[in-house]
Amino acid sequence: MIPVDLPVNVQVAFACIALLLSIASGISIMLQRRRPERDYGELRQRVKTWWVIVLVFAVAVLINRTTSVIVLGLISFLAFKEYLSLIPTRRTDHRVLFWAYLAIPLQYYWVWAGWYGLFIIFIPVYVFLWLPMRMILIGETQGFLRAIGTLHWGLMICVFSLSHMAFMLVLPAENNPGGGAMGLLIYLVFLTEINDVAQYVWGKSLGKRKIVPKVSPNKTFAGFLGGVLSTAVLAVPLALWLTPFTVYEALGAGLMIGVAGFVGDVTISALKRDLGVKDSGTLLPGHGGILDRLDSLTYTAPLFFHYAYFLHY
Amino acid sequence: MLRGLFYLLLVKPLVLFLIGLNVRGRQYLPSSGPAIVVANHNSHLDTLVLMSLFPRALIADVHPVAAADYFFRHRCLKWFALNIIGIVPIDRKPPTRDGDTLAPLLEALDRGKILLLFPEGSRGAPEQRAKFKSGVAHLLSKRPEVPVTPIFFSGLGKCLPKGEFVLVPFFVDVFVAPTMAWNGSRSGFMAELEQTFRVLQDSAKPLQLEDEA
Repeated sequence: MIPVDLPVNVQVAFACIALLLSIASGISIMLQRRRPERDYGELRQRVKTWWVIVLVFAVAVLINRTTSVIVLGLISFLAFKEYLSLIPTRRTDHRVLFWAYLAIPLQYYWVWAGWYGLFIIFIPVYVFLWLPMRMILIGETQGFLRAIGTLHWGLMICVFSLSHMAFMLVLPAENNPGGGAMGLLIYLVFLTEINDVAQYVWGKSLGKRKIVPKVSPNKTFAGFLGGVLSTAVLAVPLALWLTPFTVYEALGAGLMIGVAGFVGDVTISALKRDLGVKDSGTLLPGHGGILDRLDSLTYTAPLFFHYAYFLHY
Repeated sequence: MLRGLFYLLLVKPLVLFLIGLNVRGRQYLPSSGPAIVVANHNSHLDTLVLMSLFPRALIADVHPVAAADYFFRHRCLKWFALNIIGIVPIDRKPPTRDGDTLAPLLEALDRGKILLLFPEGSRGAPEQRAKFKSGVAHLLSKRPEVPVTPIFFSGLGKCLPKGEFVLVPFFVDVFVAPTMAWNGSRSGFMAELEQTFRVLQDSAKPLQLEDEA
């Protein structure tokens, strides 16, 4: 099933991720044994779900282009469905929402075909112009701006942004001798998730001053800075191994992923706060909804893609 | 056989993937018949979602109660309703009020079936709950030992409202309440049922915001 010519670096990368998760599982089991009076159920659940996420990601990355595009397209679908289930929608827009969903298979088809030109303008131009027209055919003007605005924002975040992850896999493998076709994506996803964890850990251990108190009261300057710096430091050795970046380019990529990941995180937090919900859904036990996990990637995926695309493709 | 395939190939994938359920109180679902499940009705999908909540092994015993006048409009629909969905037909406008309308339901309960009942009688306006009709109380007064499980759906009226044939995916909340028992009076039971649904409906409102971890 897995191609034999998988780059050694990619194999090692997945082995390392499995090792990290095993350590996390070990720690969570040990904590519960040491202190049976405290409930670590949430932590255990979180780590277990991480295993599932890594498994799905491995399927998405390792098998072949068609599988990758289908799995990542399905992830976009789940994210967009979660988004639409959260926000208020107008009953008259039933058919418009159906069209919006149709944008997902089309967008991922352009990715599969490697058609960069259409991939990059389809949602920002064609879908952006088509959906309001379809609304106008129905004719309900009450709440029009809000309906079209929220719908388009959701498509940009859940479909356009996230589909950049899939396009990384169809970039020419020969431009990235170390990591091959999947090196960039593994690098991006790994650093984005490590950045989330690092920001959390730094914030918990020495965070005091709040950075965006109105949006996310638990986020602190120390957490943000510590996370960004940790990510940048880790970005350099990983880049030499999985990407075509030079040391300085890798440092830039790390800083960018750290900052953009934070912004993506608090953007989804702002959305949830506006709607008065704690989690975006219940799809990932211990994490919340799928958007709770993809929040940082909605920012890092397109930004990192264009950074790499500009420099090496 | 056909029903089993329909369940595995259509109901399960449609409900789990295209729609997506968030079920609370799954442990209250009846694990054997006879039993009555009472749900609010907004969409044809209600029936499919209810079926999907039961395990494959039990599905042969699960029968939605549905209006004969609607589902027996033409031959194909009748065949599909009876053989694939497995409905127990009920006459919504009986010529006389002599209780014969309930006979097929009583017979099904006596054979140990799980009946799915929509006491609103019709799908009605999307995401609005109409007043319950008292058929379920009549049924229960004749079989007082049968347990009743109330289920409240929120969101299915958005996926496929009455009068639409294009399905739009949304995550749907399903709230199952603990089993209710017959309390001796029809009006008393209906009041208790309405009250249970009001509580379920309130818990369907978005969870209160807490400061996230």
